[in-house]
Amino acid sequence: MNPQEIQGWVDAANAAFASASTLDELKNARLLHSGDKSSIAGASRNLGSLSPEEKASYGKIIGDAKSAIAQSLGDATQRLENERDQKMLAEEVVDITLPVRRAHRGGLHPISIIKNDIADFFVEQGYFVEVGPELESGWLNFDALNIPADHPARTMQDTFFIEPLESGLVLRTHTSPVQIRTMLTKEPPIYVICPGRTFRADELDATHSPVFHQVEGLVIDRGINMSHLKGTLDNFARYMFGADVTTRLRPSFFPFTEPSAEVDVFFNGKWIEWGGCGMVNPRVLETCGIDTDEFSGFAFGMGLERTLMVRHGITDMHDIVEGDLRFTRQFGVGL
Amino acid sequence: MRAPLSWIRDFVEIPSEISIEEISKGLVRVGFEVEDVIYQGSDIKGPLSFAEVLSIEEITEFKKPIRYVGLDCGEKQTRYVICGATNFKVGDIVLAALPGAVLPGDFAIAARETYGKTSNGMICSAKELSLSDEHAGIMVFEKGQVSIKDDVREKLQIDDVIFDIAVNPDRGYALSIRGVAREIAGAFGLKFTDPVEKLRGLTFEKTGDGVQPRIEDKDAASIFYLRTMSQFDPKAPTPIWMRRRIEKMGMRSISLVVDVTNYVMLELGQPLHAFDRKKIKGKLRIVRAGKSEKFTTLDGQERTLDSQDLMVSDDERALALAGTMGGLYSEITAETTEIALEAVRFNPVAIAQISRRHKLSSEASRRLERGVDPSLAEFASARFVQLLSEHSSAQHVESISVGEPKFPATFTINPIHISNILGFEVSNAQIVKALQTVGCDVDEKNWLIDPPSWRPDLINISDIAEEVARIIGYDSIPSILPNRPIHASLSSIQKRRRFISQFLANRGFAEVLTFPFTNQKTINDMGFVGPRASTYALANPMSDENPLLRVHLIPGLIEVAARNLSRGAQDFAIFEMGSIFRSSKNLETFINPDTGTRPKDAVISQIFASVPEQIEMVSGLLVGKKEVENWQGKSTEFAWSDAVSFAQEILELCHLDFEVKRSDLAPWHPGRCAEILVDGRVVAHAGEIHPRILNQYNLPARSSAFAINLGALPESSMVRPYRVGVMPAAVQDVALIVESTVTALDVQQALMEGAGELLESINLFDRYDKIGDGKVSLAFTLTFRAEDRTLTGEEVSAMREAATDLAAKRCGAVVRTA
Repeated sequence: MNPQEIQGWVDAANAAFASASTLDELKNARLLHSGDKSSIAGASRNLGSLSPEEKASYGKIIGDAKSAIAQSLGDATQRLENERDQKMLAEEVVDITLPVRRAHRGGLHPISIIKNDIADFFVEQGYFVEVGPELESGWLNFDALNIPADHPARTMQDTFFIEPLESGLVLRTHTSPVQIRTMLTKEPPIYVICPGRTFRADELDATHSPVFHQVEGLVIDRGINMSHLKGTLDNFARYMFGADVTTRLRPSFFPFTEPSAEVDVFFNGKWIEWGGCGMVNPRVLETCGIDTDEFSGFAFGMGLERTLMVRHGITDMHDIVEGDLRFTRQFGVGL
Repeated sequence: MRAPLSWIRDFVEIPSEISIEEISKGLVRVGFEVEDVIYQGSDIKGPLSFAEVLSIEEITEFKKPIRYVGLDCGEKQTRYVICGATNFKVGDIVLAALPGAVLPGDFAIAARETYGKTSNGMICSAKELSLSDEHAGIMVFEKGQVSIKDDVREKLQIDDVIFDIAVNPDRGYALSIRGVAREIAGAFGLKFTDPVEKLRGLTFEKTGDGVQPRIEDKDAASIFYLRTMSQFDPKAPTPIWMRRRIEKMGMRSISLVVDVTNYVMLELGQPLHAFDRKKIKGKLRIVRAGKSEKFTTLDGQERTLDSQDLMVSDDERALALAGTMGGLYSEITAETTEIALEAVRFNPVAIAQISRRHKLSSEASRRLERGVDPSLAEFASARFVQLLSEHSSAQHVESISVGEPKFPATFTINPIHISNILGFEVSNAQIVKALQTVGCDVDEKNWLIDPPSWRPDLINISDIAEEVARIIGYDSIPSILPNRPIHASLSSIQKRRRFISQFLANRGFAEVLTFPFTNQKTINDMGFVGPRASTYALANPMSDENPLLRVHLIPGLIEVAARNLSRGAQDFAIFEMGSIFRSSKNLETFINPDTGTRPKDAVISQIFASVPEQIEMVSGLLVGKKEVENWQGKSTEFAWSDAVSFAQEILELCHLDFEVKRSDLAPWHPGRCAEILVDGRVVAHAGEIHPRILNQYNLPARSSAFAINLGALPESSMVRPYRVGVMPAAVQDVALIVESTVTALDVQQALMEGAGELLESINLFDRYDKIGDGKVSLAFTLTFRAEDRTLTGEEVSAMREAATDLAAKRCGAVVRTA
């Protein structure tokens, strides 16, 4: 045993590890060059038989040699493990573009989405959301709104009546009875938005449905005038149809507002009738016990189906009411 | 309401620089929606000619009668045309379109060979020229009315612009050319010439005794003019100009007398009715029908009268349904020579009631139920006498009136309030000018407003504000946001409902919104019984198909599912959130307090209580496969367990603790239906839909559904989380054998209670029901954890044993050893 011989073992081990092309080959080379039966292991075991001087000098030489072999083995192991991993990853390549969706696609109905969206818009402006029953008292749906029996305004709205007729119950023809319920039960100032389902005996066709949705706004406060109605509608219209939309009020008639107006929006190059509005008729306020010397208010109402159809270019009401999944799924969970 | 520009121009001079489009915009600006503008004559081109019929050769070898007609069109030679109509004779004047003419619908006229002849033009019907809807036969004119030399376009006033205007119920006065012309004048600040001014002071000589009018019901009418005429020659034709104006208004020319009543109604707005005087026995009375009887209106329909129906009757019988439609018995006929002309300002409510009761709306009733200018009974009836005398031999006999016109009341306003309502500064001068434009007299010193006779709708400051704004223009109203409150929020209930919908949508459910209508057969098919089958009926459903209000959401979901399946969908989940209408109580009689003051609180409570409760529900339906099947593999079917799971997840979402029990409720499978309870109250059902129903609607087997009564869910309590333990968990499996009648939930409950507080979670990881003897094996994983220490083996064993001991005691569970 001499230092050259030991260096020879190290060189042999290095060469063997470097030339190993698989982890198995490396394992065999490791057993041969650094295993229990290797020359370096033997030399290490023989150290005990040497003189103290030789033990000191050979101990260092052998220790260095073992470190070098271990280092070399570590390098080789890492190299081969890397190669193995690369190979495995290369083999595991998939067609990542495969169609993978297995879950059914769900979604809210666009009417719900727009209803929530409008409610949120007004909640952010300080309005509460009020709702009321669909099967409603005729007094709340008509009389309290200044639509007396046998007035032509009652026949403007083709009402669904409930049997027996003496019950006076109707399927509400608009969301306006929610105004009355709110004014009868809450003290002004009142800032509310009332979305909901409404009913009129119209045949289902491309633009009409006997069952539809409205959203109604009501404000009762001190000093409310028509400019506040216009401002609120402008704000709302911009939110619904885009910042560059223009609105127009034109005189109209609703028994529960005076002055009354239709609000139109100029959208996609033409005027679209959007909804009705006006200053709450003082008679309606009086019926609800609101002091008209102190308070005044405005109200407005729009059809959600109409808003949706105009905004999204939906051409047939049937798509909205039939519940065909192909329609609803296009909207997912947001408009 | 139609309004031809040529007629409007009779009462307002419109400068030519105001275009048709601007007139339309002006009408819109003052509150009249223009639904259509018809440019009559714009689609008629080329030669039209009046022609005298010289000869008619009947050609009979075809299925329908065909005529070969020789015409004198003022040309050198006779012109021959083929005609399919037969309502004319030799000597009549007809209207021919000559080759080169183009009629509406791009219908080009050319000489052509037909029925073995050469047809050198076409004899026209009014419909073919879009002059009226009249298509029964060709237009026939009498000699003397037109000459073959007349210019057709001019004589028939073909070229005109007709506005089709929507009139709101408060503006009955605008259902007349007088009213529309006034509005156009107001919109452009033009001078308006009121046709009524020329009729004021018009008197007619009494030449005999006329029919006497009576108002027997003072509430029903305020003023009744009755004018009698005689010596009428029933052959007298309607002047062409009058006939054309009536046609342009969308009505038909009938006979001179009827045409004049209609003409005056269209011009001024007052419906008139002409009776054959010889049919009237005694006086003409406005009276309630009283005892019920049959009455035949002039449309030939026999109607059963209501005792409250307002009638125009003589001493013996009812002659007309007041203000709505005349009777067949006393109508003007081709033999009528004496005429009684009725003009009444009826109570609008009485007319509206007739219209509603008999589902009969006429040109007359539409005007009267909106309230007619009370001064018109006199002037419109005078206009009738004037026109009929001018165009026939008729002579005035006597005019008699009863009652007094009731004019709108005067009232005072504070002009400052107008600016306060409109939100911009309006000067007193502007107010006065605007009010005068609409016809009000204004006493500026006291601000006393005297509304014109045709505006019964003007009663207070709000009405006046609208008129002022309308005339100034709504576009003057500024746009300002009110100082609204700083904060609002959705209620916790509203938030919860949104969370639930959003959760279902995110989990693959598509939301649907179905019509809440159903029928008895569907209710029966679903197996609903008792209070769950009881609902409200619509008095006037769209069709007999669905006359009831829905009692549950699942039937609607099943119908939508069936529709989607029929359109090719296979596997899906849908849900709906909405109200159902179970009739739990007898409806009370309508509570109908007066308006204008707040009803007493007790009455308000009664009104609210009269409205039946409407349960808010959310329901989901699972159809077909759980997942989309594709290259990745097959999917299992949706099952009862999925429906139950979704129901439970929704309750967990609401932080509600619940129990699950077996149930048997329609429309679910009797062995596969769970009821879910919160605080001991049933709030939901879930499971597989009854196979009978699935079969009936062609839904896939095992389709499942859940339904949650949202109204029954208590408010969610605030979450108080426990401290999350970080010490190691000890996991123990136990297998228990129980009778198959014992529910897994009971066993789990016993294990949880027995295991004590250190049990962190429990999971049923295996269930085996094939061991026989009516027994099942349930295997649970129990996970224990202490907050402060690692549990020892002895502690864990003791807790496991305590758990299985309680399960043994409560459920007869035997620990499976092998």
